[in-house]
Formats: sequence, C-alpha cells, structure tokens
Amino acid sequence: MHIMWFTERQYHYDPETEPEKSRDLENRILRNRSFFGLPNQNFDPVQGSRLLNQYLDEKIYSEELGFDGLMLNEHHGTPFCLGSVMDVEAAVLAKATKRAKIVLLGNPVPTVANALRLAEELAMIDLISGGRLVPGWVRGAGSEQLANNANPAYNREYFEEGVDFIIKAWTTPGPFRYEGKHFHFRFVNPWVVPIQKPHPPIWIPGLVSPDTVVWCAKKRFPYVALATRLEPTVELWNLYTDMAAREGYQAGPENFGYLQPVFVGDNQARAEELGKRFLYGGAFAHFARPEWMFPPGYNSKEATRRMARLPAAANLPGKPIHEGGGNETDEELEEIRRGVYARYEDSKRDLQMIAGTPDYVIPRLRKVLEVLRPGIFSFWLDGPVGYKDRLRCLELISKEVMPAMREIGKELGLVDPFQRKPGSVPLPAGRQAERVAQVDALASMPA
Amino acid sequence: MTARESVREEKYKVGSDDLIVLEAGAGKPLLVLHEELGYPGWMKWNEALSAGRRMLTPLYPGFGRTPRAEWIMSVRDLACFLARFVRERKLAPIDVIGFSLGGWIAAEMAANDPAIFSKIVLVAPAGIRPPEGEIMDMFTLPALIYLRESVLDRSRTPEFDSLYDGGLSPEQYEAFEDARAETARLAWQPYMFNPSLPHLLEGTVTAPTLIVWGRQDRIVPASASAIFNRSIAGSRVVALDGCGHRPEVEKSEQFIKEVTNFLG
Repeated sequence: MHIMWFTERQYHYDPETEPEKSRDLENRILRNRSFFGLPNQNFDPVQGSRLLNQYLDEKIYSEELGFDGLMLNEHHGTPFCLGSVMDVEAAVLAKATKRAKIVLLGNPVPTVANALRLAEELAMIDLISGGRLVPGWVRGAGSEQLANNANPAYNREYFEEGVDFIIKAWTTPGPFRYEGKHFHFRFVNPWVVPIQKPHPPIWIPGLVSPDTVVWCAKKRFPYVALATRLEPTVELWNLYTDMAAREGYQAGPENFGYLQPVFVGDNQARAEELGKRFLYGGAFAHFARPEWMFPPGYNSKEATRRMARLPAAANLPGKPIHEGGGNETDEELEEIRRGVYARYEDSKRDLQMIAGTPDYVIPRLRKVLEVLRPGIFSFWLDGPVGYKDRLRCLELISKEVMPAMREIGKELGLVDPFQRKPGSVPLPAGRQAERVAQVDALASMPA
Repeated sequence: MTARESVREEKYKVGSDDLIVLEAGAGKPLLVLHEELGYPGWMKWNEALSAGRRMLTPLYPGFGRTPRAEWIMSVRDLACFLARFVRERKLAPIDVIGFSLGGWIAAEMAANDPAIFSKIVLVAPAGIRPPEGEIMDMFTLPALIYLRESVLDRSRTPEFDSLYDGGLSPEQYEAFEDARAETARLAWQPYMFNPSLPHLLEGTVTAPTLIVWGRQDRIVPASASAIFNRSIAGSRVVALDGCGHRPEVEKSEQFIKEVTNFLG
C-alpha cells in the first residue's frame, strides 16, 4: 500500500494563539457564504509567506517520518488553498526531498491555457526529483473556471484533449505539429521530457463523477476518491471494475486510491476537538456558492437533470443561496457556525472524519480499508489547527498508525501501483470480473 | 384562433444540421431572434406583432429543443447558420427583430450580408462593448437572478411572472442550463461582444434600423446604443425611461406601438 498525506494549505490563523484574527477571518468567509471569492484584501502576504513555508517544512519532514508520497493539489482565488500554482511547491519538494513520491492530484488542465507549458513544467519536476513525480489531472472546480477564465462549457473537452496532448508531447519524438479542437501547437519539441518512461505514472483524483471513473478505467489510470462517502464510492469502483473488464483487464487495489480526513492526537477529546475544525476548513459545503460551483456547461446534461430534480438543490430557480448573505449579526453567524460543527457527529458515524488517539483511529481505518481495498491511501489533515498539533498528528500517524496500516494492507492484499502496474492483469473474454470493493464490510461499522 | 394558438414547431434541415423554428400567423415574414436564456414564451408583443404576419422564431442549436451543432463555436458561426436558413427558405430580404444576444446575432447577419434584411429592430442588443458600464456577467449568476435583473421593477411588470412560464420547473431549470452552456460556447470571451462588429457594420448596413433600449438597462448598459447608432447609418434610437433590459414586456404598449409603426 502506498501511504501519503495531504493538506489544502489553508490560509488561516491559529485559533489558540490568534483567536481574534482567526474568528474574524472565519466570519468573513461565512458572511461570503464561500471560501471562493473572498476579497483578497483579506490576504496578508506576511502570514501567507509564513504558512507556505510551514506547509513545505511539514512535507519535507514527513518524508523523514516515513510517508511514501507527498500529495499536493491546486485551487485558485480562495483562502481554502494557498497552492495556487502547485507545480512551484512540487519543484521545491523535488529538490528538498530524496525518496518520497511527489503526487500531484491534480493539475487543473482546463484552466491552464497552455498544455505544452504544463508538460514542460512537469517534466522538469520529474527530472529534478530523479523520477519521483506522479502527475494527476483534474477538471478543476467550477469556481476555478471563473478564476482562470476557462470556458466551463468546454471543460471536459479541454480536460480530455489536454491530457492526451501532454502524454503525446512526452512520448512522441519531436518536433511535430499538433492541431486539435481546442489546442494548437505549431512546434512541439519539448527539450526536457520526463525521466520516467514511457511517462510518469498518472493517477486521477475525483469526487465520484461517473464520466471520470469510466474514462480512468479506459485509460487504466488509478482513480483516487477524495473523501467521498463510502457507499457511492463502492458503487463507482464497481463501475470502474466493470469497465475494466470490458477493456480486458481485472482491476485490483492498484487501480484505486482513497483520501481520508483524519486527526490523531494523544488525547481523545482534544483530537476530536481539533478534528472538528476540519469541518470548517475542509467542508465542501461552503467551498464556493452553487452558482460558482456549477458555471454554465460545467456539469454534464445528466448531472444537470439530476440536480434539477433535487428538492434542496441550492442553485435551483427561486433558491439563490447568496441572497441575504453578508449582513448577519454575530448571533446569526454563531448559529451558522454551530450548524457547520454539528455535522461532526454524522461525519464521525459515517467515518468521513476519523479523529482520536491511535487506538481509536486504527480500527476505523481498518474498516475503510476493508470496504474500499485501495492500493493508494492518503491521510487528509486540515482546518485551522496550530503547527505544533499538526506535527504531533503526523508523528503519531508515522509511529503508531502507519505501521498498523501497513500490516492491514498486507493482510488484505492491498497492492499499490508500484507493486503491480494498473491494468496489467488480463481478464479473458467471458470471465466474470472480481469486485475490488467489499460492500459487505459496510454492514459492521465500528461503534 | 389567436396567433398564440397557431404557434407550431417546424423542423428544417440547414446543411447537415437541424433547426427547429416556432412559427405563427401568416403573411409577410418576420424573423425573431431570441435572447441568451432561450425563447422566453409567447408575450403580448408576440400577439400584436404577429397580426397579419408570419412570425418565425428559430430555436438556436444547443438551446434545448434544437440539437447542438458542435461546429458552431461563435456568434458569427451561429449568424451564418441562421443566414443560410433564411436564404435557403427564400425568406430574404426579411424583417428581423432581435433581443439581447439575438440583437447581436442580427447585427452579425446584417454585417455579413446587408441584403438579408429589409428592416431591422435591435432590442437592447449585446455585441458591442458599452463605452460606459459593463455587460452583466450571466455566467456568475443563477439564471433566475439574471432574469430578475433584466427588468427594472418586477412589481410594475405584469408579464414578468409569465416569462419562461415562471421559470421554476425542473424542465425550465434544464432549459436555462442548456441556454447558458450554449451561450458560454458562443460568447465566453470577449464576454458578449465582438470587437470587430462596429467596424463591420459601419458603412455596410443600409436597411432601416430601429434601436430600442431601456435607459435603466442593468444587463447591457444603454451607453452601447450610441455605438450602434453611429455604426448603422440612418438608424434611430428609442430610449425608454423607467425601463430595464426588456422593453417588450416592461413597456409593452409603447414597444408595440414603436415597432409596429416602424415595420409598417
């Protein structure tokens, strides 16, 4: 099993050492009803510099702690994530670390107007790291399309064409001319190409969009589900497995990854208190307003049809969620905040957030591994939590949780993509594919 | 039978693509080019202007009813597609009335082929960058908010609640999303204007042209009317007070009177 960890690199203040600043920023985000679009006058570059360096230090230290992979992502125009150009951070890590994989989940291809430039950036990171890059691609959140002026109605077309082009640029001897639908390059001849051949392993993160899952299965790219609920994740992995069978291969743990929100501490109550903050810092409920999450044409027609019939769909006609936002009293904000944190009990029950001491955390992680059987696993730490607590969490994961997980991984046969190439197990025609996820394991959730 | 009752859907082939056209009435043809949220429904002005005329409202490809034509990627592509329909149905020269995005399409058609129209009515057309103010960005707003912003005062616009059949059904939500997505394909960037349009119009269009605009238009600022007026020789601007982006429903009677007098 390949074990890594991830954080959104949130812009925040430590609520324990700078409570007023922390509360003020949180209130502004709540008033905005969205992380995305918070005016950047709220950004203090000195604080941003401190945090970015802290996040890089954590990543470098975590290699010493024994993590296999250092996972990064990218968001734009939001205090949710300081990594607005992830490849810059990846380049730093490429030089500052020696062993861990640098896992980018992922580059938002549609928002990068120049896919050739992206191919070159990634190739450089692969070279500097000595072949430790794992690139991944995303469509980017709806708000990302607005923040980068990328036409959302062509989002999936940009995504698919861009990914194909980058791989072509890495693997086809240049110079050649490329005339696609959306990308045009008259002279494709990147001098720097990846050290990993034929190209670095590609993993795709997602929020269980069926279109992306099918696309991944066809391409034999591992699919990494980003903290999605277990039941739909099982369904979508079954879809992947079925599609893989049609493509003539047996999917295995090497085809799947899972990102799990976790907070580990020495004391159960304290760990849960810190874990709760994840709901504020990592909850997608207020990542962006619905009209920014779903700009025109971003969703498939099927997804739009489903959304049109959801009774509580916030973007439905007549329910503009942002109306009335911005003028709440302090009491009203408290109520919104209580509502956000009240979700903790549900998240705890459904294993969407696992916070506690190692003894509490390990059996719950075992359950997640038994159900999903991923070959790739990433811890996700987030929320406004001080540096000391974050480091302690990483150390506890390293010393107590990770060794236990490796044993569980061996027991469950959770091979990763470096142990077995995804898509390399042929499935003869007519033979039934074996399901990877074990839905039965859901029946006995830890109390 | 009222004209409304006579509205029927006709399906045409334009090249290798389909085009569904709403048709009503009989007589001298009048081409109606709808706005960016799609065809808003049959209003009083439709009833009045279709008297003694054959009103044709093409439902643009990708806006829900007519299937998307993947090659149509700009307003000019769409304008040429609709011009081909007009030519092939032997409708030219035809009177046209275009609303918002539809006004832009009409202007592109006229710039490409000045002989295609006999008379032109542009109602708060997009297509030219306003010298003052910005065109409201529909892509960052829910459809219903954009619709609401299109009139100055809903309480004084009796027909507002009839637009898009009230706009609240799941089917209409899907139709709005289709329209928004196709508009994004056509007009994402530059947003809702074509920098070359004033140059292409200037000295080209000779058909009599009426430009109708609400002075308090929050969608396409009325400042753009001066550029249209200057670019189309002999055009006349009717600026309406106390009116937003929808003169046809906000100032329905005045609108009907002006347009009927103009079209004759």
